Amino acid sequence: MAWTRDQMAARAALELRDGYYVNLGIGIPTLVANHIPPDIHVVLQSENGMLGMGPFPYEDEVDPDLINAGKQTISELPTSSYFSSAESFAMIRGGHIDLTILGAMEVAANGDLANWTIPGKMLKGMGGAMDLVAGVKRVVVLMDHVSKSGQPKILEQCTLPLTGAQVVDLIITDLCVFECDKNSGGLALVELASDVTFAQIATSTGAAFRDARP
Amino acid sequence: MNKVFPDANAALKGLLADGMTIMSGGFGLVGNPENLIPVIRESGVKDLTIISNNCGADGFGLYTLLANGQIRKMVSSYVGDNQLFEQLYLEGKLELELNPQGTLAERIRAGGAGIPAFYTRTGVGTFVQDGKPIESFEGVTYLRETWLKADLAIVKAWKADPAGNLMFRKTARNFNPVMATAARTTVVEVEELVAEGALDPESIHTPGIYVDRIIVGAQYEKRIEKRTVRQREAA
Repeated sequence: MAWTRDQMAARAALELRDGYYVNLGIGIPTLVANHIPPDIHVVLQSENGMLGMGPFPYEDEVDPDLINAGKQTISELPTSSYFSSAESFAMIRGGHIDLTILGAMEVAANGDLANWTIPGKMLKGMGGAMDLVAGVKRVVVLMDHVSKSGQPKILEQCTLPLTGAQVVDLIITDLCVFECDKNSGGLALVELASDVTFAQIATSTGAAFRDARP
Repeated sequence: MNKVFPDANAALKGLLADGMTIMSGGFGLVGNPENLIPVIRESGVKDLTIISNNCGADGFGLYTLLANGQIRKMVSSYVGDNQLFEQLYLEGKLELELNPQGTLAERIRAGGAGIPAFYTRTGVGTFVQDGKPIESFEGVTYLRETWLKADLAIVKAWKADPAGNLMFRKTARNFNPVMATAARTTVVEVEELVAEGALDPESIHTPGIYVDRIIVGAQYEKRIEKRTVRQREAA
C-alpha cells in the first residue's frame, strides 16, 4: 500500500527536531503541521511575514488580515510575530530557517528541483520557493512518486526549468524515502512504504539509486 | 505640509500617466490598496509596469487593471490562482518579469535604501541567473541583482497619523513597508487616521518620511481567497 497524503505528512514530520524553525510549502507539506510529535516544539514560518503560525482559526476567529503563504486563513499564537516580506526573506536567505518541506514536479538525483512551471502549458511562478531552497539549511521534498499520467518524477536530470540546483536533501514520496547526496549526486533508498516492493521503486524511478535500507 | 487628502481621487490627482511604473502592496488579496486601485482603473492610464507580488484575483484588486488592458508588464513572483494573468502571459499578451519572492522584496528594499545592487544565492543555476554577473564569496557562487524603484507606490496600512507614520496589521504588512520607501511618490490608504501623538513612537512600522499622501479608505471588503477553519470539539 502506498502512503496516503496524511501518512506522507506524518513521515515528513519525523524530520522535525525540537527547536526547529520550519517553513512548510503549499499542498501536502501544509499537512505536516498536523503531525508534529507532541514532545517537540517547532516554530512555523510563513514567508508572507509571520513567525509562530497557529492552526486554522475557528469560524468566529477568521481574520482576513491573517493568512499563510498558501493564502489560507490561519490563527496566531501568544508568541507570534509579524514582519515585512523583506525581513521574512532575510531570515530565509540568511540561513536562519532549519528546515523546509515543499512539493515538486521533478527532482533529479543530484538534488536539482523543478516546481514552478511547465513551459507553454502551466505557469505558477516560483513565489518563495527559489529563496527557500537556496537559503534553508535542510530541504525536504514531499510529493507523489509518479506524475498523474504515471511518469517518473525522480529523474537523472530534470526536464523542467529549475527552482534550484543541487538543493534537495531528502525525497519523501507515497512509495518510499530517498536520501539525496548533493555533492556526489547519488540517490539512496532508505525506506519503503509498507507493502511496497523494491521492484516497484525500480520501475517507477527515472534515476539510478542504491539500496541503503537498514 | 499637509499629507492628508480627502479621498482616493484627490490623492492620486496629477500622479498618473501612461507608461509609468507603479508598486502595489499586498500578498494575494491581503494588504491590497483596494481604494486606490479603482481610481487607476477609472483614469484609464495604460502601458503600466506594475511591481506587485501577485496581480489580484477573480475580478478583485490589480486583476481589474489586467482585465482592462492597462498593464503592459508585471514584475511579480507568483501567477498561480489568477487564470487571467497566466492566460495573458502564455498567449504573449503580457510582459512578465518573474522574480523569486525574496529577491523581489530585497530589490525593492535596495531601491528605497539607495543600494544599486546586491548578491544572493537565490536563483543560482536557474533561469534567474541568465545574463547576470556572478561572483564567488567564501567559495560559494552568488548572482547579482539590481534595485527596483517606481514612479508611484500605492500602499495599504492599518493606521496612520497626520505625519504619515504607519502601522500595519498582521500579515497585511507584507510588501507594503518596503514599497513605501522605493517610489518617487508614495500614496497610502489606511483604515484609520489617528491624531498626532496617538501612535506610540516605539511601535511605528514605517516612519512618515516615506509617506507623501494619505487617505482613509472609503470601504474595505478584505476579500478572503481561501477560508480555512477548524471545528470546535464538542463540549
